[in-house]
Amino acid sequence: MFKFISALFCLFVLTVAVPVYASGDAEKPPQQEWGSNGILGTYDRAALQRGYKVYSQVCASCHSMERASYRNLADLGYSAQEVKAIAAEYTVVDGPDDEGEMFERPALPSDNFVSPFANRQAAMYANNGAFPPDMSLLVKARAGGADYIYALLTGYDEPPHGDELLDGQYWNKYMPGHVLAMAPPIADGMVAYEDGSPETLHQYSMDVSHFLAWVSEPHMEARKRTGLKAFLFLLVFAFVMYGVKKKVWADIH
Amino acid sequence: MSGGERAEFKNPVVSWIDERLPVFSLMQKEYGTFPTPKNFNYFWNFGAIATVMLVLMIVTGIVLAMHYTPHADHAFGSVERIMRDVNWGWLLRYLHMNGAAFFFIAVYIHIFRGMYYGSYKKPRELLWIFGVLIFVLMMAAAFMGYVLPWSQMGGWAATVITSLFSAIPFIGEDLLHFLWGGFSVDNPTLNRFFSLHYLLPFVICAVVFLHVWALHVTGSNNPVGVEPKGKQDTLPFHPYYTAKDTFGLAVFLLFFAAVSFYTPNIFAHPAHFVEFNPMVTPPHIVPEWYFLPFYAILKAVTFDIGIPFTDVVFVSAKLGGVIAMFGAVFLLFFLPWLDNHPVKSARYRPLYKKALLLLVVAVLALGWAGAQLPEGLPVLVGQIGTAYYFAFFLIILPWLSKNEKALALPKSISAAVLEENKSKAQTTTGTAT
Repeated sequence: MFKFISALFCLFVLTVAVPVYASGDAEKPPQQEWGSNGILGTYDRAALQRGYKVYSQVCASCHSMERASYRNLADLGYSAQEVKAIAAEYTVVDGPDDEGEMFERPALPSDNFVSPFANRQAAMYANNGAFPPDMSLLVKARAGGADYIYALLTGYDEPPHGDELLDGQYWNKYMPGHVLAMAPPIADGMVAYEDGSPETLHQYSMDVSHFLAWVSEPHMEARKRTGLKAFLFLLVFAFVMYGVKKKVWADIH
Repeated sequence: MSGGERAEFKNPVVSWIDERLPVFSLMQKEYGTFPTPKNFNYFWNFGAIATVMLVLMIVTGIVLAMHYTPHADHAFGSVERIMRDVNWGWLLRYLHMNGAAFFFIAVYIHIFRGMYYGSYKKPRELLWIFGVLIFVLMMAAAFMGYVLPWSQMGGWAATVITSLFSAIPFIGEDLLHFLWGGFSVDNPTLNRFFSLHYLLPFVICAVVFLHVWALHVTGSNNPVGVEPKGKQDTLPFHPYYTAKDTFGLAVFLLFFAAVSFYTPNIFAHPAHFVEFNPMVTPPHIVPEWYFLPFYAILKAVTFDIGIPFTDVVFVSAKLGGVIAMFGAVFLLFFLPWLDNHPVKSARYRPLYKKALLLLVVAVLALGWAGAQLPEGLPVLVGQIGTAYYFAFFLIILPWLSKNEKALALPKSISAAVLEENKSKAQTTTGTAT
């Protein structure tokens, strides 16, 4: 009976917990090999830095990342000086000052990422009525996660015969409903890499997906390390308690 | 509470306190020497496990509340701050999120155990009723907790579930606006949900206290369902069951840790990571998995009930679904009277056992149907599951109470244990030779 119930439970968890692909006709994104997979998976620092480069030079012109701050970039392996320099490239509005005026100043590491648009309406107005989603949680907010982001970036294609697209619409194999307002954002050679990695659509897409996975779950490495300790402790504790239970019950059985 | 008999304590401080307030005597009586049937299986661990989960939820919840902002403009952001900037905030949040799921897993197994071994029957009816009350309070607390991150899924789940009250004739609309504190799910709704989400766990604690009190008056049921007849049938709670419960708890926590640390978002829908926007409806709104069977019952009533071939409608499909969903939970309160067969344990009731296992299948099927879009096969599965759910409680149980012939019961717990050991010994020697 235990087996029967546990089998049913597993079946239930599998059917319910598998993310729902809302639109049946979109293809399921293929799984990629990420360094962050697995029990002790870690983010690849070099890939994160390249991914940040792609984000800041390409994605950031439309997509905000308002929940991350520049100081978080230290996790990517940048030094305090480098983070300060990166932040200083952006301008934020601060204030009011002693005279009651708002003023502009270079961003500090403690500032959140500066958004490309002032508000949602401005973003939609500049993008044909479509809202470019904030990227701080994008990987967790899409079924398929980083695999989906990679698939979407590389999944642009000509629409199948019969599908008419309007101006400003594009066709993508992996997009639920297939039609989206974002033009193919990157192509081979668009971003210069300094570490000799191939400057290809594939590499850009892998790197930026990896970076977006990090920004949506920045404490993943600490979580997995702590998890291993917690699990091993509980495992030993369970064995000890099994022994204690056996011993206590020895005179009963 | 005058204390009754007091125990002797060697430690003078303990003795001094105990003479004035016999808490040590109480602990020794209720958790030390408390006579407990000696034949429990591991199903009996889940009460203790559920208690630990409740404490874990309260402790993590109180700390989370120190960092959370219950305002429509800041709630989602404050949860993200907890995840990113609060020291160990991600751990607190993941333990709280997945703790709710595992609390429900423990409680569902606990409820199943009660049903399988007839733990709700005389003299434990009130004990059972307190248990169902805890379950209902848990559902309310969990639902409000689901809303607090103010995500697309949470905000829209709040909209869908509160809107059910508008199906109530005459007062529905007014009641809905009263619940919302306005004309839509907005900041006042979030504020009151936060207030109640903080309150309910302590109400649950109070009912748990009554639940445990009632248990300690009647004593525990056991897998045989025959009441203990004397000292030879019982063991002192400590150290026998403290040791066994702690071992069971450790195994349960292994599963909990595996999920919380390695797949912490397995129960969370992607729409849970997008801030609530009342202007954009997500394509598919689902509650947490532990509500899915009841959600499927809600969606199973797809037809109006009225006079056939006329336009007269007594109960609209929406109201019918609402009645069915709340009725499905409410029915549990009456279980001790729907099933009044004299034999408790399903071990000696082959027909009841089959019907109950089929109910488990039906509830799991309902859970699957609840997660799907309401069209085609899931609707049919939901309707068949719903029909069986109600038939089980309202037709099968009363009929079995009158007509089921039970197998011969063992004379006592000791007799049952001896027999079990003998048959075990036979099978082991049988395989050895």
